[in-house]
Parts: sequence; C-alpha cells; structure tokens
Amino acid sequence: MVEKKKWLPRWFYQLASPRWCFQICGKLLPGFSVAALVLLLGGMVWALLFAPADYQQGNSFRIIYLHVPSAILAQSCYMLMAVAGAIGLIWKMKVADMVAKSCAPIGATMAVLALLTGAIWGKPTWGSWWVWDARLTSMLILLFLYLGVMALNSAIESESTAAQASAVLSLVGLVNIPIIKYSVEWWNTLHQPATFKLTERPAMPADMWVPLLVMVVGFYCFFAVTLMLRLRNEILRRERRSGWVRDLLLSK
Amino acid sequence: MNQQLGASRRPDIGMGALFAATLKRDLKLSLRRKSELVNPLIFFLMVITLFPLGVSPEPGFLAELAPGVIWVAALLATLLSMDSLFRTDFDDGSLEQLLLSPQPLMLVVVAKVLAHWMLTGLALTLVAPLISVMLFLPAEGVPGLMLSLLLGTPTLSLVGAIGAALTVGLKRGGVLISLLVLPLYIPVLIFGTGAVQAAVTGLPLGGYLALLGALLALGIVLAPLAIGAALRISVSG
Repeated sequence: MVEKKKWLPRWFYQLASPRWCFQICGKLLPGFSVAALVLLLGGMVWALLFAPADYQQGNSFRIIYLHVPSAILAQSCYMLMAVAGAIGLIWKMKVADMVAKSCAPIGATMAVLALLTGAIWGKPTWGSWWVWDARLTSMLILLFLYLGVMALNSAIESESTAAQASAVLSLVGLVNIPIIKYSVEWWNTLHQPATFKLTERPAMPADMWVPLLVMVVGFYCFFAVTLMLRLRNEILRRERRSGWVRDLLLSK
Repeated sequence: MNQQLGASRRPDIGMGALFAATLKRDLKLSLRRKSELVNPLIFFLMVITLFPLGVSPEPGFLAELAPGVIWVAALLATLLSMDSLFRTDFDDGSLEQLLLSPQPLMLVVVAKVLAHWMLTGLALTLVAPLISVMLFLPAEGVPGLMLSLLLGTPTLSLVGAIGAALTVGLKRGGVLISLLVLPLYIPVLIFGTGAVQAAVTGLPLGGYLALLGALLALGIVLAPLAIGAALRISVSG
C-alpha cells in the first residue's frame, strides 16, 4: 500500500485550526518583523540618500518609495480579503473569516496612505493636490469599499453572519480591482503608467527601481507582521471561551 | 401510493410561472402602497429643484450641470427606494418561504428586482424629459439621457438589491446600505453622464451605451447570485 501523497505540507492544513494558526503565526512573527525592519530601514536610507534625483522632478519624486508600495499593498490586501472571504464562505473556515476581517483596516490604512502620498506628490508635479483622474478616483472607490466592508462587519452582531455578509460584499467589490489596475491604460490620465510589470523591465534606471523593489518587499513583510498581529488578537478574542486560550492566558 | 400522494399535492409550478407570479405579486403590492411608489419620484424632483436654488438659476450654467445632476438624483432616488425591497417580505416572513421554495432563488430575486425597477428606474426614465426641461438641457441631449437611464437604472437596481439583501436583517440599514452601494454605483454614474454629455455635444454615444449595456449584462449574470447568497446569510443569521 502506497500512502496517498498530500498536495501540500502538513502545516498548511493546520492553518485552518485557530489554535495551530495562532502558534504558526507566533513562530513566523519574529522573522517577518526583522525582515520588515531591515528592508524598510535599508530601503528608506537607500532611496532617500543614495538613489539619483529625477532629471525632471528633482527630489520630489522620492515620495514614490512610499506611494507605490502602499498603493500596491492596498490592492493586494483587498484581493487577500476577498479570497479569504470566499474561502470562508465556501468551506466555512473560521480562520479565513478572521483573516478577512483583519485585512480590512490594514488595507484601508494603505489606501489612505497611497492617496495622501499621491496628493503630496501631485502638488509639485501636477500643481494641485487632487485631480479627478481615473486612477485616483478608482483608488478612492477602493477606500470606500474597505470602509463599507468594515461598516457592515461592525453593524452585524452575529460574528459568523457578519463575516459571511462582508465576504459577499468584498467579492462584489472585486470588480474594482481590474478597473484600478488598467485605469491608466484605458483612459487618458495624468497618472503615469505602472512602474513594475511582470513582462518588461521598468522604464527607470536600476539604481532607482531596485530600492523601490526593496521598499515594496519591505511593505509586504510589514503587512504580514501587522496582519499576523491582528489575526492573533482576533483568534484570541473569538476563541476566548475555549480551553487552550484560557490555559495560555493563565500560564502567562 | 406515491402517485396518490403526488396527486394530492399541488402540482409543482414551473420556473416561468414562478417568475411571473413573483413579478405580479410585487407589482400589485407596490401599486397598492401608492406613497412608496411616488416617494422616489417626488424625491427625484425635489433634489433637482435644489440645484438651481443652491447653485445658480442661470440657464447656460444649469444646462452644463444637468447631465450630472439628473444622474446623481436618479442614483439617490433609486438608493432611497432600495431599503424597502426585501424589508416587508422579511418582516412578514414571506421571504423565508421564498428561500424555501425548490425553484432557484436567483429567479425570484430577478423578478423582484425587475418589479422594483419597473416602478422606480423606468418611472425615473419617463420623468427625465420633464426634468431636462427644468434644467435647460439642450433637446439633443434628451434621447441620450433617456437611453442611458434606461440602460443604467436596471444596473442600479441590481447592485442596490445586493446592499438591500445584506442589510435586510438589520434594524437600521438605511445609512449602511448607501455606504455599501454608492461606491459600486460610480461606474454607472460615469458612463451615464458621459453618454448624456456626448449626446449634447453631438458626439457618437454608442460607446457609452455599449459600456452601460455591458455593465447591465454583467449585473444580470452575477448580481442575482450575490443577492441570493446575501439573502440566505441575512435570513439565517
């Protein structure tokens, strides 16, 4: 008899259990925290002090090192929220619901950060804080979607109903993601096209985009850290009546 | 034995019959409550009236503003009427009966949304020429306005119904539903006003109408799924 091979390693299946997920996140946290700290600090110093100034925009372009990562992350976070919501809806997995719930505030913060840095960058470059341009508007809609999901989540008292309802809403809102992504290509906009593409080299020189890439990866690590922290809190809050949480809290 | 049992029960009704029955019931119920029927229209007119008073009564300026104002007012009027879509059925328990029926829920949902649209979206479309005169919209813009409303308002009803289904179990769903639904209305608003503006300036409006039609097609296919899922969640929760 040959033992049937599992597709994925064992810890992946264990993530579905709140208790195991809590522990696995606890093990991953230090690594991601160090990576986030090193990448963000290193990337920031590199970007602000050593990357060359833009020939047109001078030093004002350096805000790209905050703007692009936060914008990318705001969209990825929405995707994660929707996918986690779908998993929660289909397989009734509690941890997926918790991931979706923890994603929303982080994503909303990132969307705000992207909009703010965009406004600050827009003032010297376009001459105004805000233009009603397709990219900006669709990003604003993304923020509204996050706020809607959060409002719905807090309005429904039953936790499982709240999670399911917000999952449906976030799946509906998913139509906005391609609109944001392609808004710079479908419409004639002031906003410049995407910096990173999978199939082409970036249009800017390497000593400009490499620090940007470092910042993007750093932001992802930072996101992972905040998500795991929120997720662990959420697990503890929701599983507060189970034995292992009580044991854990009493042992401290 | 089985046959006898089957014969003693009422014969199962087909999908078409169910669709027609739901549509008829919803229309009849709405037509009996006249106030709910007229309220969105009055609201539409009132919002339109506020703009000349609040912004400027100057005809040229109003004509420029008209496409956007009419569309925003139509959007708000639809939104206002959305909350009652499932509310009464939820309160008297008939929504649960609908959920229990063996026919696909999507079908019932489409019938209900269609009934809602016939009494709000269609009515708004028919009132639109009057409004366009009030706001000095050039006559060339009126066909564009009506066509865009005709294609756009069903999408508004479909998307709004998702919000209504998600909030039907809540006591105060009123503000929440606008929070959930308004961001999703923005694409319809953009292409709707775009169509009217194109019609006013004499540009071809086929592209805008095609996009509105595409949104509607997407809505008809996907929104009933989401509405059905949301209703099941709201009722079971």
